[in-house]
Amino acid sequence: MAGMTRRRGAYALRRLVRFAVALGVLMVASFAMIHLIPGDPVRASLGPAAPYELVEARRAALGLDQPLPAQFLGYVGGVLTGEFGTSFLTGERVGDVIAARLPTTLTLALAATAVALLVAVPLGMWAGVRTENGRRRGTEAAFTSVTGTAVAVPEFLYSIALVAVFAIGLGWFPPAGRAGPESYVLPVVALAIGPAAMIARMCRVETLRVLGTEYVRLARAKRLPSARLYVRHVLPGTLTATLTVCGLLLTALIAGSVIVEYVFAWPGLGQRIVESITQKDYPVAQGVILVYGVIVLTVNLLIDLALGALDPTSRLKE
Amino acid sequence: MMRTPSAWIGVSLVALMVVLAVIGPPIWGEAAERIDPGAVLQGASAAHPLGTDNLGRDLLARVLVAGRLSLALALLATLAGGLAGVVLGALPSVLPRRAARLVTATVNTLVAFPGLLLAMFIAVIAGLGARGAVLGIAAAVAPGVARLTQTLAASVAGRDYVAAARLLGVPRPLILVRHVLPNIAEPLILNLAQAMGGALLGLAGMSFLGLGVQPPAYDWGRLLFDGFSRIYVTPVVALGPAVAVALAGIGFNLLGDALARAAARTRAAGAAPAGAAPAPADPGEPDPDAVLEVRDLTVAFPGGLTPVRGVSLTLRPGEIVGLVGESGSGKSLTAAAIGGLVPYPGVVRAGALRLCGRDARTMPDRELGTALAMVFQDPMASLNPALRVGGQLAEVATVHLGASRAEAARRAVDRLGHVRIPDPERRARQHPHELSGGMRQRAVIAMGLMGTPRLIVADEPTTALDVTVQRQILTLLREVTAETGAATLFISHDIAVVGELCDRVVVMYAGRVVEELPVAELAGGAAHPYTRALVASVPGMDTDRSRPLAGIPGRPPAPGGIGPGCAFAPRCPVATSRCTAERPPLAPYAPEPGASTAHKVACWEAAA
Repeated sequence: MAGMTRRRGAYALRRLVRFAVALGVLMVASFAMIHLIPGDPVRASLGPAAPYELVEARRAALGLDQPLPAQFLGYVGGVLTGEFGTSFLTGERVGDVIAARLPTTLTLALAATAVALLVAVPLGMWAGVRTENGRRRGTEAAFTSVTGTAVAVPEFLYSIALVAVFAIGLGWFPPAGRAGPESYVLPVVALAIGPAAMIARMCRVETLRVLGTEYVRLARAKRLPSARLYVRHVLPGTLTATLTVCGLLLTALIAGSVIVEYVFAWPGLGQRIVESITQKDYPVAQGVILVYGVIVLTVNLLIDLALGALDPTSRLKE
Repeated sequence: MMRTPSAWIGVSLVALMVVLAVIGPPIWGEAAERIDPGAVLQGASAAHPLGTDNLGRDLLARVLVAGRLSLALALLATLAGGLAGVVLGALPSVLPRRAARLVTATVNTLVAFPGLLLAMFIAVIAGLGARGAVLGIAAAVAPGVARLTQTLAASVAGRDYVAAARLLGVPRPLILVRHVLPNIAEPLILNLAQAMGGALLGLAGMSFLGLGVQPPAYDWGRLLFDGFSRIYVTPVVALGPAVAVALAGIGFNLLGDALARAAARTRAAGAAPAGAAPAPADPGEPDPDAVLEVRDLTVAFPGGLTPVRGVSLTLRPGEIVGLVGESGSGKSLTAAAIGGLVPYPGVVRAGALRLCGRDARTMPDRELGTALAMVFQDPMASLNPALRVGGQLAEVATVHLGASRAEAARRAVDRLGHVRIPDPERRARQHPHELSGGMRQRAVIAMGLMGTPRLIVADEPTTALDVTVQRQILTLLREVTAETGAATLFISHDIAVVGELCDRVVVMYAGRVVEELPVAELAGGAAHPYTRALVASVPGMDTDRSRPLAGIPGRPPAPGGIGPGCAFAPRCPVATSRCTAERPPLAPYAPEPGASTAHKVACWEAAA
């Protein structure tokens, strides 16, 4: 038991070290981004007609006139103190932009995750139970082709279709903006459909696997009621694999939120990053991309740690 | 590959896209560029089914023309990303160890990053436009391909020919190019077909966000970008490009699925209706003295397979009956049928299947769940790894006996102690993996003792355990049977163990009972040639070790390949022509008058 705890501790520590290294790499990459832009980013942003003095002043304000190592140290220091620079366009502090918009994006992403899980896990289990041992081939074919198609359609098409039908056609929900609970419905649905289909597929396969195990046979021999059998004996066995996919899906969902926010004019980070890239507002793009990167790394770390804690048979492999 | 309708749809859609990319621009190119100041920003009309744009250009023509650029950019991004991915993935196998680890770690981190974020990062650096978007999507495709290349290369690296080349001193880059890459090319190309769909959608997404193709060029994503700004006024203008993107995405996805499935086809043949079994005999009156009464049990599977045919068994209280046979003889399916656990699509038929005089098939779960205890072969597998041991025991009491949680937990600990698990309180709180194999099997037996078992069905309960633990479990089973007065059906392929534990032995061969005899007669009085061969195959203390072990020549027949006669006839040393022509019934066997009446055998030659 003690060895077990120690092994888990070592596992968690390794994951944390890996997380820290990845964070460092991410910092370097986001710092390098501006420097990798061919030519002068300030000139590119201000346009060829901008006066020389303005360009130079901007460069100095960004610290671009200093040697690279000093710039990098300044960047790291700034990030650690929440100082990401100021927007070329609006003059806002990028830190303020992030602070104002991050919660909005996270609310959307978390709501979509919750909806996707709540719909997909029961659906996948149901499909697994219905099609156990190859029975009901019709149901199986319908399930796989519907979910397969749902996975293949990108978020922006769901978004456009939902806006066209439910906002413009039927007028049930607002087409854009964030105001009141009803404004969440369409963006959350648009964002959740793809991941839900993916999780449901995964969950069905896992349910089939668990239903074939000896311990479910024994649980069936005990004549447990179906609800207890499925929720208590089958569900936990399906969670490990489902959770692993969830990590990938959550990060994909964060990226998907960029598009959904854009379509629904959702005042989050995604809408702002698209704006900043098209308008060459590099400090904002740099800061927001860094935040997205940190979110992705954090989600992966949390999933890894959760998997380590959840899996009592300690299938923790490198 | 074309077996399923979805594969057909995928192939047709992709073919349609390719045709469109080839013929689209020459046919509709001119219409797509024709500016009509008199028809700007129109909705659907007969002349313009999908409306017009801000210069009056026909949107249907533009959608049809845009297919070429959309597909070409996707192809470009896929190839660039695929190439970069293969290089990244192959690098670790030629680099020094430290550098290889660095590359692997980088790839692993990048794989976790959503493609769109990578694409946007690259697009910032490379600038807005098709070039940036293609580079960005290529960067999004590459990590996945690199990971796949790594995995595939690692699997090939262990093969003999690669090892041989390494031993011969072939340089590592040469091994990679000559031996590894050609052998992983097929799955890689398959995967790229799937990646192509993703690249197409990714590029459409970038263009839709205004980060991809810039005017005057246009792909589907750009058309969608333009159409979306007008969606509130004329929704139809977004319809064309949206449908085109959706069809292309679905087409490539279905095609990729079909290709992957075709590559890894291990599909079983379709299900056929279950083989007809003879109608079971009259159930007869229940035997008031029997715990388990099985009459004429048959288990049939589709395709005419009947692994259990006409088995009858009677077990009395306190009795341990061994059910012996080789694997495939139907003994485990007989046990499953008694427990109502025959997997779909198996069909169980029986003249009678009674537990304590009542039909087990219609018994309420509450009663069956407490009256019947089952123990399976692998104690590692038969406890749920995610749940605590105590909880798995306790639920029998809460579900079937209406016990409170505390009562049930107490009883679980008591039962665990009863099967001599040391420190039962602690063990009950642990997960199965923290218990040894023998302890787990004890816990499973304890689970059966949560109720008041009338029948214990133990299916090879000691096969997975080592010899000393085996013995302890056998002792425990004997004690439990004695103290509960239950009957135990002990299923095993090991006739020595059965001879030691059981009161009576039932021998099965190819789905039928061939002999049933008191254990005392097993060693010297077995009448069926198969039973005798089984007994002879057990090495004893007096076995002459200088001679090879006695075996039974030949193999048991497949369930489908049994003739009209005795199934053992082809392997039987004393078989006659009658044996292959006519099946011997199971009949009482009494070599001399006054011998025990419990001995039955199904053999024409046994009377001799």
